Amino acid sequence: MFDVLILSRIQFAANISFHILFPTITIALGWLLFYFKVRYDLSKHPVWMRAYRFWVKVFALSFALGVVSGITMSFQFGTNWPGFMETVGNIAGPLLAYEVLTAFFLEATMLGIMLFGFRKVPGWAHTGATFLVAFGTTMSAFWILVLNSWMQTPQGFEMREGVAHATDWFAIIFNPSFPYRFTHMLMASALTVCFLVAGISAYRIYRGDDKKAPRLTLKTALFTAALLAPTQAFIGDLHGLNTLEYQPQKVAAMEGLWETEKGAPLVLFGIPDEDTKTNRFSLEVPNLASLILKHDINGELKGLNEFEGEHPPVKPVFFGFRIMVGMGLLMIAVAWWTSFSLKRRKRLSKLQLMVLIGMTFSGWIATLAGWYVTEIGRQPYLVSGVLKTADAVTPIAGSNVMFTLLAYLSLYVVLLIAYIRTLFVLANRAVKEEEYDLAVPGLGEQGRNQVKDAAQSAKSREDKRAGHHPNKHGTHEPQNAGA
Amino acid sequence: MFEFANPDTLATIFAGLTALAIMLYAVLDGYDLGVGITLPMKNEAWRDTAIASIGPFWDANETWLVLGVGLLLVAFPKAHSAILEAFYLPATILLLGLILRGVAFDFRAKVHPEKKRLWDITFMTGSYIATLSQGFMLGVYIMGLEYTTASIIFGVFSALCVSAAYALIGNAWLILKTSGDIQKRAIYIAKRAGVLTFAGILAVCLINPLVNANVYQVWTTPPFAYFYAAIPLMCFTLFLAGYRALKMVDNGASDKEWLPFAITIAIFIGCFLGLALSFYPYVVPNSLTLYEAASAPESLSIIFAGTIIVVPIIILYTGFAYYAFRGKADGLRYY
Repeated sequence: MFDVLILSRIQFAANISFHILFPTITIALGWLLFYFKVRYDLSKHPVWMRAYRFWVKVFALSFALGVVSGITMSFQFGTNWPGFMETVGNIAGPLLAYEVLTAFFLEATMLGIMLFGFRKVPGWAHTGATFLVAFGTTMSAFWILVLNSWMQTPQGFEMREGVAHATDWFAIIFNPSFPYRFTHMLMASALTVCFLVAGISAYRIYRGDDKKAPRLTLKTALFTAALLAPTQAFIGDLHGLNTLEYQPQKVAAMEGLWETEKGAPLVLFGIPDEDTKTNRFSLEVPNLASLILKHDINGELKGLNEFEGEHPPVKPVFFGFRIMVGMGLLMIAVAWWTSFSLKRRKRLSKLQLMVLIGMTFSGWIATLAGWYVTEIGRQPYLVSGVLKTADAVTPIAGSNVMFTLLAYLSLYVVLLIAYIRTLFVLANRAVKEEEYDLAVPGLGEQGRNQVKDAAQSAKSREDKRAGHHPNKHGTHEPQNAGA
Repeated sequence: MFEFANPDTLATIFAGLTALAIMLYAVLDGYDLGVGITLPMKNEAWRDTAIASIGPFWDANETWLVLGVGLLLVAFPKAHSAILEAFYLPATILLLGLILRGVAFDFRAKVHPEKKRLWDITFMTGSYIATLSQGFMLGVYIMGLEYTTASIIFGVFSALCVSAAYALIGNAWLILKTSGDIQKRAIYIAKRAGVLTFAGILAVCLINPLVNANVYQVWTTPPFAYFYAAIPLMCFTLFLAGYRALKMVDNGASDKEWLPFAITIAIFIGCFLGLALSFYPYVVPNSLTLYEAASAPESLSIIFAGTIIVVPIIILYTGFAYYAFRGKADGLRYY
């Protein structure tokens, strides 16, 4: 009943899935905030500070959730997976240590200045702190993806008495799958943030916020997404080719390819069946998988039959891959559609706003699905070819793990709901705010004039609207909005 | 691969680094946990001030725990497994507490005003869960990392005393960072928490050598035998000085508002050194020495190289952050 292996795996999966949601936001949002701050420093236009002020709160909240859920990871390596550090600790250890030393302290310390230091330190120091926070989050991603990629495609080590010893750190860090996985993840973060920013900005506009800031952030996010979403598809393809070379069993599971085949079809949809080793209800395009992966319509692809007992469970990898790709294609379509309208008509239709609101967290779904593909796709190994997951698990009683798993799960559900609600509470509050605040330090004469002009035009808009719709103004009750 | 020193020296260095990180954690996160558990629930403005005083720092403070546990993990993987498997449940409860308080801190400032109090309660509860579970683990560790009736009773006692110690350092911090009525309240709490902390330290001094043969050995043979009497005496002197400093700040006879905080840090360091000396060379009491638990020397070397380069930089920018937010805490503003 309480199988400690299964429970530990579910617990680790739950923890890391919850955790990755927040770094996925903070990595790219840090850079976006740096961009806002630099634009403000250059133009002194208060709208950039408005955008910064709103999104820095979202950053702070996401960062806090990322930190606290990340601490649990460093404990679980030891508590639930002692075999991991005992076998590959000589390699994982230094990588994790470097992450803490070069990334965690930097982000955590500079965050204080970034959040609360605008009035306490000179402008350049605040911009510098914002840069260092963004840099820190990226460094953190660098080290952890080095470790993860090494677990997928290990090299630069030798086994002595069952323990891995490092022989070449350069080879360990720049292992074959690392450049692809790192770029793919950074892009995933950027797209997640684009759709988050677009979604929340669209929500504000939908709720009648006609200030400049949400329109500006919407435009920034959508144009960036229109550029990056196709780039991500291209990088993803390269990543797939790399996986085919080093982990062909993973690709076979992704494609639902049971037997080695020349001119393999692309399975658009189907339900893989592990017992009969076939796909039920499958919809296939002949030769396309060979064409995509081998650039040859008759190229030979290895099937799962070549990896008896050494390949991952097919269903989650197969479906995860389709969810990720589907979400990616949807992102390209929506980003282009809305960017095009924005470029031509300078505004979005109600339908477009609603679609964007619906897509607010689409990046999370794509990112999680992608991680499931690559992580489940590594099974039954924890470190490919070196250590099996089952051999690393703790001897702790299963009932204890069951207890902690339930505690984590219930807490995470509550926190996730609170997080999403709070984003919308913040958005609703922003809808009601004044256009600009003259008290922003460092604004200067030029900035103050821009504020006054903006206030003037906002006031005339207000008067006009009040004339037409006397009852429409300011009656939204933000409390119900986040539900 | 390059190696700086022989394996045993490296193991000792890493034991020192791990201990240093955990000590810094106890002091730094200690004060913000202490502010959390003594949050003034009756006065919202005071709560805002108290939380503003720790706002820019708590995140980095908690990172010392990640470093401490991380160093234990990478340098002494066997000890990490043994200790954390024994502490599986209390450590998880600690983490849940840390999660609750960490997020409550951020949520409180962003949610609807009527929900703010709920997150404040969560912040306080999470802080309590964290300090109590840390104290419990310390108690059980001192009792030899075994669950017996005696060790659990001692663990509970230790949970209370460690919480008192955190309340002490947290309120000493508030004395430094606040003024007026909230400062008076902090002085009031610090005095009482100080007494309980002192009782806890005395109890550990008495019980630790009695239950651990190795600890008894350490403290009854020279040179440490001389210190054995000196440490409680020194602690007592520090407490006396701390009490005097509190009184003087209270009745306005002194403006050294930093003194109670500095003295409390000295007490923390003294206790920590005492405990570390007691257990050396064991990382898991009476069963695993740090030399047996250490990782391969080439891996430790490469971490050591990074540590000596990066830690001074960390200290430098941490200093900058404390300098930027020097003086009394005012309201936290996002811009």
